[in-house]
Amino acid sequence: MKLEMKDSPGQLVAALKPMSDVGGNIIAVIHQRDPDATDDTLNVQIVLELPEGRLDDLVTMLKKQGVHIQRIGEERLLYQRTVILIGHLMHTDLSDTVDRIDSTGFAEVSELSMSMPAVTERSSSRLTIKSVTKDDMEDAVAILRTVAKEKDLLLIEPLEEIL
Amino acid sequence: MKVAIIGLGSVGRGVAEMIAKKDLGIRVTGLADSKSGCIDPAGIDLFRVLEKKKKSGCCGDKNISALDVIRKAPYDALIDVTPTNAMTGEPGLGYVMQAIKKKKHIVTSNKGPIALAYKELRALAEKNGVALRYEATVGGAIPIFHTLGHGLAGNEILAVFGVLNGTCNYILTRMADEGLTYEQALLEAREMGYAEADPSYDVEGIDAAIKLVILANTIWGNGVKLDDVDRTGINLLTPDAMRLAEEEDCTVRLIAEAIPKKGFLRVAPRIIEKSNPLVVDGTLNAITIETDMAKEITLIGRGAGSIETASAILGDLLFIRDRYVERS
Repeated sequence: MKLEMKDSPGQLVAALKPMSDVGGNIIAVIHQRDPDATDDTLNVQIVLELPEGRLDDLVTMLKKQGVHIQRIGEERLLYQRTVILIGHLMHTDLSDTVDRIDSTGFAEVSELSMSMPAVTERSSSRLTIKSVTKDDMEDAVAILRTVAKEKDLLLIEPLEEIL
Repeated sequence: MKVAIIGLGSVGRGVAEMIAKKDLGIRVTGLADSKSGCIDPAGIDLFRVLEKKKKSGCCGDKNISALDVIRKAPYDALIDVTPTNAMTGEPGLGYVMQAIKKKKHIVTSNKGPIALAYKELRALAEKNGVALRYEATVGGAIPIFHTLGHGLAGNEILAVFGVLNGTCNYILTRMADEGLTYEQALLEAREMGYAEADPSYDVEGIDAAIKLVILANTIWGNGVKLDDVDRTGINLLTPDAMRLAEEEDCTVRLIAEAIPKKGFLRVAPRIIEKSNPLVVDGTLNAITIETDMAKEITLIGRGAGSIETASAILGDLLFIRDRYVERS
């Protein structure tokens, strides 16, 4: 998000505090002073991860601090699940398998590790999928289940339900 | 208390031996294996019968069948330790029905009848005012049904997760620890006596699925059957897959899972964090129950073995003795 705040001591820290209060994880703070700026405001870009549903709380808290929010960027993908696929992954078009998730628009394969033994043998891969919401993740994994069945691959899901 | 034992395989012999060795006030008045039987209202000399079985392969008189013992011997509870047939439940199912109709309590280690005909058997037992107990069918020595029925009475059971097949768990442990292929680990399991010549019943997850069906029927009375279980075995797992899980501080285990609210009833290899209490080594079994009040409870123990299974059977027997037969 891009923020505008008063250029006075302690303002930046005051703006960052609500972010940790709502359980956020600040990834980057980009702060470039514009030499031509004549007013006493400061523009700051912040990249952060937030628990689902806490964005509205954060916005309210920032407003109370007198911080003006210029822009809130795209929501990042917060849910992550790792699965293992075993089978003839290359022969069954791995890029199509990955694309079936990526093309949903709500989930994507963010990491892929693979081992390839002899050509005729089955290969194994580990896929990390990211999505915005938990429901999106369930949908993405359901798609992967269908693809696995279709391509005769063994899908190993994580035991997620356990608390 | 007087009991009749049907079946004198590894489990039956374990039960007979423990009854003979321990002073539990249990008298065996009838005993039958697949070929012969014996009846003695005064109490059978178990050491002598076990010796005879060892020498000749028969426990008694070839003219006395298991059904004769069930019909004619004087006993309070029938111990059915006949082998499991997942398709028909026989011969155990017939034996158990006969005994219930004669108003005898039932203790069984046979998964077939319970998985196939739980509702009918439960109804029949209630009608005849007898106990139907089957602690030994799931998790070997683990007192899962005592825990569910008594310790956790009053709790709503939300979900159950289990490592219910020791053969699969042994194979997966060896693959994870030593980087063995599935075939190598299976061969080792056979050499150790953990796997049958035809391992499909274990490695395709059928055994675990049957146990899951028994758990689900007991907990929720939902009448689910073996065919309702979404089942995937471990026979297609690769050492590479185990390594890929390992890199994330996880491993792969065959997990049986039932969550009625989500409509889940499945047995499949799953990626699981190594710190999860369900990750047990070798042939051990583990069961996690999730409830509204107690939250999570995990029981770990030996899932098979002659004496271990006898522990579960004796637990059931003594429960029946205290509750129904004689209060001493």
